[in-house]
Amino acid sequence: MTAEPSHCASLPEGHVTHTRARNVKERLIETALFLAAFSAVATTVAIVAILLYEGWSFFQHVSLVEFLTHTQWTPLFEKAEYGVLPLIAGTFTISAIAVLVAIPLGLMVAIYLSEFASHRVRETVKPFLELLEGVPTIVYGYFALLFVTPLLQKIIPGLPGFNMLSPGIVIGIMITPYVASVSEDAMRAVPMAMREASYAMGATRFQTAMKVVLPAAISGVVAAFILGISRAVGETMVVAIAAGQQPNFTFDPREHAATITAYIVQVAMGDLPHGSIGYQSIFAVGLVLVVITLFFNVIGQYVRRRWREAY
Amino acid sequence: MDQPQRIVHEATGVTLDAPVKAQAKGFHFYYGAHHALKDLNMPVAEKRVTALIGPSGCGKSTFLRSFNRMHDLYPGNRYVGEIRLYPDDINLVSPEVDPIEIRMRVAMVFQKPNPFPKSIFDNVAYGLTVRGMKNRTEIADRVEAALKAAALWDEVKDRLDALGTSLSGGQQQRLCIARALAAEPEILLLDEPTSALDPIATASIEELVTELRDRVTILIVTHNMQQAARISDYTAFMYLGELVEFGPTDEIFVRPKKKQTEDYLTGRFG
Ligand SMILES: Nc1ncnc2c1ncn2[C@@H]1O[C@H](COP(=O)(O)OP(=O)(O)O)[C@@H](O)[C@H]1O
Ligand SMILES: [Mg+2]
Repeated sequence: MTAEPSHCASLPEGHVTHTRARNVKERLIETALFLAAFSAVATTVAIVAILLYEGWSFFQHVSLVEFLTHTQWTPLFEKAEYGVLPLIAGTFTISAIAVLVAIPLGLMVAIYLSEFASHRVRETVKPFLELLEGVPTIVYGYFALLFVTPLLQKIIPGLPGFNMLSPGIVIGIMITPYVASVSEDAMRAVPMAMREASYAMGATRFQTAMKVVLPAAISGVVAAFILGISRAVGETMVVAIAAGQQPNFTFDPREHAATITAYIVQVAMGDLPHGSIGYQSIFAVGLVLVVITLFFNVIGQYVRRRWREAY
Repeated sequence: MDQPQRIVHEATGVTLDAPVKAQAKGFHFYYGAHHALKDLNMPVAEKRVTALIGPSGCGKSTFLRSFNRMHDLYPGNRYVGEIRLYPDDINLVSPEVDPIEIRMRVAMVFQKPNPFPKSIFDNVAYGLTVRGMKNRTEIADRVEAALKAAALWDEVKDRLDALGTSLSGGQQQRLCIARALAAEPEILLLDEPTSALDPIATASIEELVTELRDRVTILIVTHNMQQAARISDYTAFMYLGELVEFGPTDEIFVRPKKKQTEDYLTGRFG
């Protein structure tokens, strides 16, 4: 035992240089990781800075009051109007439909996979969900326009070719796998001891899932909902293709409409000259979008923290 | 068949001072290919405390969890033989018997306290709501009675809305006992209920077990021999998945018949 201290001294000469080489290597890795993290932060800051800068130019020409209260969005007209409400209404209506589809559906899939499916079924279905998450959104856009809209037209007579219902439903289907897999992760993280306690009281699987597992996983499940909502709000291609790209101040899902993101692509790919007010307007609505998503993310963080360590 | 009463239990030759509430008959258990319990024959006397002792890994928990079919929750597990439950004389591990029905009659308390992240009230009421009880006053009465039986009422009566998980470890375990008692089970299974607790909390649980003796049949796993000696009426010593010896606790501790039992009790192994 007393020989222990001399153990170090008896190490070969090379040991010291090894340590130095390792230290240099560690420093390099640390610096690289820091730069990677820094670039993510810098990009975010840069995006917000550009939005603020260009948005500022926009608000030199259009008053904030007009922007927030007028109900016409007609930047391409002779007498252009810049009331953002129609775009917000479109975004809200389509997102609400999407959420009404995705939350119940995603939750059902999550409960099934986490509490009912056998190991084999789960291992088969999970990769499919991940695959669905990876399908390019433009595919969903054409799915909405060419398949869901004609189907809905058979059910709802007189439904126009461009409407908010079809893209809303399709976005809902699109984010369902995401909501399902994040919720399922949260439910699977509930300790087995909770389930055993419930089963030992004579509960069925369904009772255990609804009364014990879901409440215990609620913070993760709600976070999944909110991230899903953020994705619905930010979704672009499906809406641009299937909703008609015409701003329309209405909450009626049968009507055509445009959303904030659909308007941004339209202008960014279109004919408005750089520096014009119309061009700057996309930065103003971009700011609105950032604020909305930020709002949902803050709520998500709050919910997560509020219910953390529930079990 | 009549419920055997104050009889000499055939397979073990032990005279019981109470009717048989349940008994293992040629009972085996398999975790997949692993033969964890081998040919167990043992009675559980009604409204008595029966302790299962033996070194870690000998199969105490496996045996205990068979009594309320917990093994059904995981694939690949298999029961062979019988655990008969009286007075209706059914084989409770038979595939024809609904495990949920068994769990309604045989409640369980686990090694680590596992209250739900719900209020104290809802924790205790859980078994009642699961059984479809709706009447609020009846539920409230049963919750109060169960908390009193678990010697927790005085400590929590002013904060029934507080989270069950906010209680101390010993209180959590008594909450779990109250949760099990609220459903008025015939048998209460306790799997090393004090191993996660400090000596004071342990003493209160031991006292509670002694008090509950008149109400419910208790089967308790413990690796603490002194605890078995203090609180049980009958003791079963298990080793490597087999039942080495079963008998009245004083006899097992004072005059063990088998050498293995004596070696274990005197600390020569385990
Ligand atoms: N889920 C399981 N799957 C496979 N083997 C298990 C499982 N649980 C326990 N065992 C094995 O069964 C034997 C008995 O375990 P257990 O009943 O937990 O012992 P004890 O409670 O007496 O410490 C041990 O050999 C253990 O390794
Ligand atoms: Mg054990």
